[in-house]
Amino acid sequence: MQSIDGTDSLKEAVAKALQDSKPLWLRGGNSKSFYGNPCDADCTELDLRCHSGVIDYVPNELVLRVRAGTSLSEVLELLESEGQMLPFEPPNFGGASTIGGVIASGLSGPRRPYYGAVRDFVLGVSVLGGKGEVLSFGGQVMKNVAGYDVSRLMVGALGTLGIIMDVSLKVLPRRPEITLRVSELPDSISGLSAHARVESQHYVRVPKGTDVEGDVVDDDFWRQLAAHELPSLRAGNALWRISVPPSSTQYLDEASVVEWGGAVRWVADPEGNPHETLSAGHATLFRTNDCSERNRFQPLDAVVSRIHGNLKHGFDPQGIFNPGRMTWYAN
Amino acid sequence: MSFDKNSFIQVLRKICGDDMITDVARLKVYETDGLTAKKQVPWIVVLPSTVSDVQRIVALCAEHDVPVVARGAGTGLSGGAMPHDHGVLLSLAKFNKILEVDERACVARIEPGVTNLAITKAVEHLGLYYAPDPSSQIACTIGGNVAENSGGVHCLKYGLTVHNVMGLKIVSPQGELYELGGEALDSAGFDLLALMHGSEGMLGIVVEVTVKLLVKPSVICVALVAFDSVTAAAGCVGEIIADGILPAGLEMMDQLAAEAAEAFVHAGYPTDAAALLLCELDGNVDEVQVQHQQLLSILDRCGATSVSTAWEEAERFRLWQGRKAAFPAVGRIAPDYYCMDGTIPRRELPEVLTAISELSEKFALPCANVFHAGDGNLHPLILYDANDSDQLQRAEAFGAQILALCIEKGGTITGEHGVGVEKIDQMCIQFRDAELEVFHEVKSSFDHQGILNPGKAVPTLSRCAEFGAMHVHVGEEKYSDLERF
Repeated sequence: MQSIDGTDSLKEAVAKALQDSKPLWLRGGNSKSFYGNPCDADCTELDLRCHSGVIDYVPNELVLRVRAGTSLSEVLELLESEGQMLPFEPPNFGGASTIGGVIASGLSGPRRPYYGAVRDFVLGVSVLGGKGEVLSFGGQVMKNVAGYDVSRLMVGALGTLGIIMDVSLKVLPRRPEITLRVSELPDSISGLSAHARVESQHYVRVPKGTDVEGDVVDDDFWRQLAAHELPSLRAGNALWRISVPPSSTQYLDEASVVEWGGAVRWVADPEGNPHETLSAGHATLFRTNDCSERNRFQPLDAVVSRIHGNLKHGFDPQGIFNPGRMTWYAN
Repeated sequence: MSFDKNSFIQVLRKICGDDMITDVARLKVYETDGLTAKKQVPWIVVLPSTVSDVQRIVALCAEHDVPVVARGAGTGLSGGAMPHDHGVLLSLAKFNKILEVDERACVARIEPGVTNLAITKAVEHLGLYYAPDPSSQIACTIGGNVAENSGGVHCLKYGLTVHNVMGLKIVSPQGELYELGGEALDSAGFDLLALMHGSEGMLGIVVEVTVKLLVKPSVICVALVAFDSVTAAAGCVGEIIADGILPAGLEMMDQLAAEAAEAFVHAGYPTDAAALLLCELDGNVDEVQVQHQQLLSILDRCGATSVSTAWEEAERFRLWQGRKAAFPAVGRIAPDYYCMDGTIPRRELPEVLTAISELSEKFALPCANVFHAGDGNLHPLILYDANDSDQLQRAEAFGAQILALCIEKGGTITGEHGVGVEKIDQMCIQFRDAELEVFHEVKSSFDHQGILNPGKAVPTLSRCAEFGAMHVHVGEEKYSDLERF
């Protein structure tokens, strides 16, 4: 695995952006370039893979500290060799994702409802901020309440608050599991670590030895599902991700894929605009053929929207990071 | 203050009626939280019982620039709820109802003044429980748990408050009501829900909490393990985790703490051991049996001198009670104790514990250790007598050196108790000016007037400059090599 400290060159790029007032469009493996709104200014693309490599990994500590430009595949291989895993099972679109992109997008995979989300396993980050300085928040320890939780704030902010440089993640031991295709979802399965309904078939992942009847399926199913390699997630012009309370009845029948125990529904080309029809939760236009679409995220409550604007201005006063990628319009 | 205090009180009384305290004798009850060394009688205490009253009170305070300090049960250990002398202390004690339990979704909506333990009590007949269990769980409130991001003995496996809260209703410093999160597993925008946890009442007033409930595991056992040295016990903690076991709880006590706990609650702890570990395993029958066998062989390898495992609920409860009562138990053997909360990477445990016992000799003050070993979260309890000013000074210097040591080892000054007023100077050691500036930006993004809990959690840069100058002057060798500016 390559280990390169790109701090100096990234600091230079930020200093130049500040000096020229020309914003940066941040990218890692470009595997999620389809996700989020398009750039709404004249930007310089900045490839963050020049800052990569594992800084510290002691399996006993259950902590991995890694530079953000490191490829997700390499990290997963390393963890696998020690019988450990990233418990939030992030999608690896096209196999090109970087850890920085995983954190910035905040997208979690099939294990999410049972183990937790990306943000639940982030222990600390260092960030190259909007004033050109490298800042450090959180740490490598499991518990830390000194200062506001800026590390978790970075998760899912799509790079709009700064460049994630290094991240410390809590990892967990992996246990032997099997994947089964079942005709219907049993009422309660102990140790369930994934469930999805794809078209009319249910899939579950359980610890080896669990007494559940079904056809054994290759475990790679979950990687394919998360990375949207299944045909059910490739149809249509616009794919929506609907995140709702699991008991919600909205978009249940229209969804081609239902994940996370019902909490996430994937719907292609729905009738009407889900931003307007949802009564609880939020909808994201996840993929679309209309590249210019700027309203992909759910509009926010007025107070929450104001706080977003303030935070963005506080972290990135000159607006040099990913202009337009994430929006926080008020309802 | 350039406004008419009496007319402010009159307007406030229109909102609060009798749920307001202005006479000194009754105000004195609120002068401190769990950090009793810091006292301040509030100007006014209000105890509203509806969200709209909270909104009106906060809006009125904002209009007149009057500080507002929110308070739950006042059990916090860092002075986060210490009142402001010109401010309104907003008690959420009357928000004590569980609003809804959704058994199927394993979710409960509760008011912020409900105690931590009351949540589990209300759902245990359904086979459910609320996982975070700070030692003060019998008294501390869920609102306070959110403010401090409280942990407990089970957070190694089940996480902190931030991992178990799904949604919040919050009153902004301008008096507006808004929601973060909910019953969906994520929300649009920045993760303000996470940011609110551990924010020590500086960003908003929590008026409703949606928590995740867990299904009680079918089998639980607790192993009580004795060691003849603290370093052997500390080393064993790493071995257990390295073997792929994720205990529900993994706690450690040294001899002084174990003796005090045993004398207090008769938990059945051996008092001749140098250190005890409590290791809880949970899951289904097969899982727990396999892990227990695995645990026994690790303990054997680590040189444990005795092991006994409790499988029955009553017996387990007794073992945990000793641990949870350890702070008050230590309180019985010394006039005062100073509780620290530093957290370090687990691998540093043996070295840091040795260093603490050396510092204990240097400062000639006993120190009991009782802590969340699996998380690397230390709670050294420095025993002293506050009536002896020399002892108090030594205790504070001892504590400061422990925290500096934690930072040096890549850890933090507080794992779960918060900064409050207690550790505000240590923030200057852990963070540089540029990082503190970001914290101030976060604060002003929510509260540009700075009326919520002013003076807590995040030091001003000038305060850090003074603190730094003072310590360079005194020439503390533990600080001089640390980068601060």
